[in-house]
Amino acid sequence: MRHLDEYRDPLAIRSVLSRIEKALVRPATLMEVCGGQTHAILKFGLDQVLPPKLRLIHGPGCPVCVTPLEQIDRALAIAATPGVIFCSFGDMLRVPGSHGDLLLAKARGADVRIVYSPMDAVAIARREPSRPVVFFAVGFETTAPANAMAALVAMREGVRNFSMLVSHVLVPPALEALLSADGCEIDGLLAPGHVCVITGQEEYETVSRRFGIPIVITGFEPLDLLSGVLAAIEQLETGRACVENRYARVASAGGNAAARRVVGEVFEVCDRKWRGLGEIPASGYAFAPAFAAVDAERVFGLEDLRVDEPDDCPSGLVLQGRLVPTRCPQFGARCTPDHPLGAPMVSAEGACAAYFHYGRTAAEGEEARA
Amino acid sequence: MKINGFEGAIGALSCPLPVFEDSIVQLAHGGGGRKSAQLIESMFVPAFASPALEALGDGALLDVAGTRLAFSTDSFVVQPVFFPGGDIGSLAVHGTVNDLAMCGAEPVALSVAFVLEEGFPTADLRRIVSSMAAAASACPVPIVTGDTKVVDRGKGDGIYVNTSGIGRVRRGIDVGPRRARPGDAVLVSGPVGDHGIAVMSARSGLEMETSLVSDSACVLPLVRAMLDAVPSTRTLRDPTRGGLATALCEIALSSGVGVTIDEAAVPVRPEVRAACELLGFDPLYVACEGRFLAIVPNEGADRAVAALRAVSGGESACRIGEVTTGPAGRVLLRTGIGSHRRLERLSGEQLPRIC
Repeated sequence: MRHLDEYRDPLAIRSVLSRIEKALVRPATLMEVCGGQTHAILKFGLDQVLPPKLRLIHGPGCPVCVTPLEQIDRALAIAATPGVIFCSFGDMLRVPGSHGDLLLAKARGADVRIVYSPMDAVAIARREPSRPVVFFAVGFETTAPANAMAALVAMREGVRNFSMLVSHVLVPPALEALLSADGCEIDGLLAPGHVCVITGQEEYETVSRRFGIPIVITGFEPLDLLSGVLAAIEQLETGRACVENRYARVASAGGNAAARRVVGEVFEVCDRKWRGLGEIPASGYAFAPAFAAVDAERVFGLEDLRVDEPDDCPSGLVLQGRLVPTRCPQFGARCTPDHPLGAPMVSAEGACAAYFHYGRTAAEGEEARA
Repeated sequence: MKINGFEGAIGALSCPLPVFEDSIVQLAHGGGGRKSAQLIESMFVPAFASPALEALGDGALLDVAGTRLAFSTDSFVVQPVFFPGGDIGSLAVHGTVNDLAMCGAEPVALSVAFVLEEGFPTADLRRIVSSMAAAASACPVPIVTGDTKVVDRGKGDGIYVNTSGIGRVRRGIDVGPRRARPGDAVLVSGPVGDHGIAVMSARSGLEMETSLVSDSACVLPLVRAMLDAVPSTRTLRDPTRGGLATALCEIALSSGVGVTIDEAAVPVRPEVRAACELLGFDPLYVACEGRFLAIVPNEGADRAVAALRAVSGGESACRIGEVTTGPAGRVLLRTGIGSHRRLERLSGEQLPRIC
């Protein structure tokens, strides 16, 4: 397939691998920030073919995983409200709340529908004007523009039965929190390419300067990832620390200004609680006051809900790159995709799901790298 | 995946039987993955205990007065009922005929049962029935008995169709899910994932423009040609719900062997790969309705592939891997860069991802 096969070409991959082997002198730890990158690494078995001196750890870049428990509980409460049509992307449906997940709510009688775009939810609201239609607006900077546009359209067209439960999070503040933490072992970052398509690289330059670490904007195919690893290693070995864009075919340095304008009109930056990471200042989006009419938290009166996370799931450590999923005592035993304790086991971008889906065990992972 | 009429997946039974934990039925219980297997293993098989059921084939093999018969049943709840390359009617005929074929059987007769929702257009029903008649006549297999029920408006999904069939097992043929042996070759009869993606692309809400059509088809001519060429064929399985990966895991579990396949060897159409990339699906887990997996002794593999390729619809048949000594149930995918990843049974349903 054009634009795909060339980034999976075994010969080109072996060539970059050999350059990484040559360039890498001292042990290094890189964090791939995005869950999509984690899945690609495990899917293509890149961790098995990279030199053992290089450690890849998984970052917090799974929007489903970091959606706080109370937001899932709000979603469940709204979905269970008689008459409501609750719309969500597919991968939120299995994320456990305090009492079950959205699929279970659906089985119990809630009208939960999978949509492929927030505009689909607006269209449902137009078709069914007598029923409240709520869209679960989750994601990083990547999905925020489309969600903002849906809110704008609904407001402009007077679609009064449409609202959105917003749980948007922002990557750079979370990275700053991770890099500031005691005992942080991260030598360099592979930044999420899709997020940078919207945001550009300015904020990452600030992070790189502040912490003195290489940050490489990286895509999601094997060659993208290995090229990102090579660039980070070359920086580390030559004592440099800057932002490098190895996903220039998609992400430009300036990002997408039009998308950011729409986001700026609809949302404002707020403190946001991340599941497993706690409250991070200025790390999320909430509706600007002018959009209160489409804010599902206000519409359904659920603004004050606070929930404590159960302590039997150490997914916060997984999201910080401090625990390899297979070393979690619950992994594959009490916690499986059918009975998950935390979101990383069921999200399409969750690190635990990647390890489970691609059949990794602690022993196999070590065996493969040995 | 269908096991003796139960839509779902199942592995070798172990003792003690697992406890069924879920308090209500969810969609994943019919998704062909782990939850389906759990429902079957812990609810149906113990309750209906019978040797033919516990053999865990695509249909039951029965010895009736010295004749070896295969018996299979399947219900079809597909939405939309008309999709590119087929409809619920032809799918219902092909589904049961193919399940009989997976037992090495020639179909003798089919039954059909309709559950119709009040308000369903009779023009659509006529179109579906004509399609069933044409599919049955092409096999050929007679539809000899049936049943019709109508439910109140809002209590169905337009139309559900059940087909059951009996078939006669070909003389000298002994295929079964437990017969795969280390050293055997793993074959697939054509590109995988066409059906699942064709149906998905026709669903409202997902406006994907694709020329892709379902692979829904009767596989009898292909199976006949292969069994003629390699009568010692060990195992046949159609990778319906749960796809190729789940089917391989089940064969490996049932036979107590491992399987290793080559990623590059598995035929997947570019359109299917592109749609899967877009949705975050893995083509190895997407449903097929006109393909099958065959485990054959290594020395017969080339003969089997040649026989399949000589039949219309089998042109892309190929060898994709081999059966290994195990551990039991471990299916490995060899990637183009020399790494391996393990394939597990589908967990729940595949859900489109967020970004």
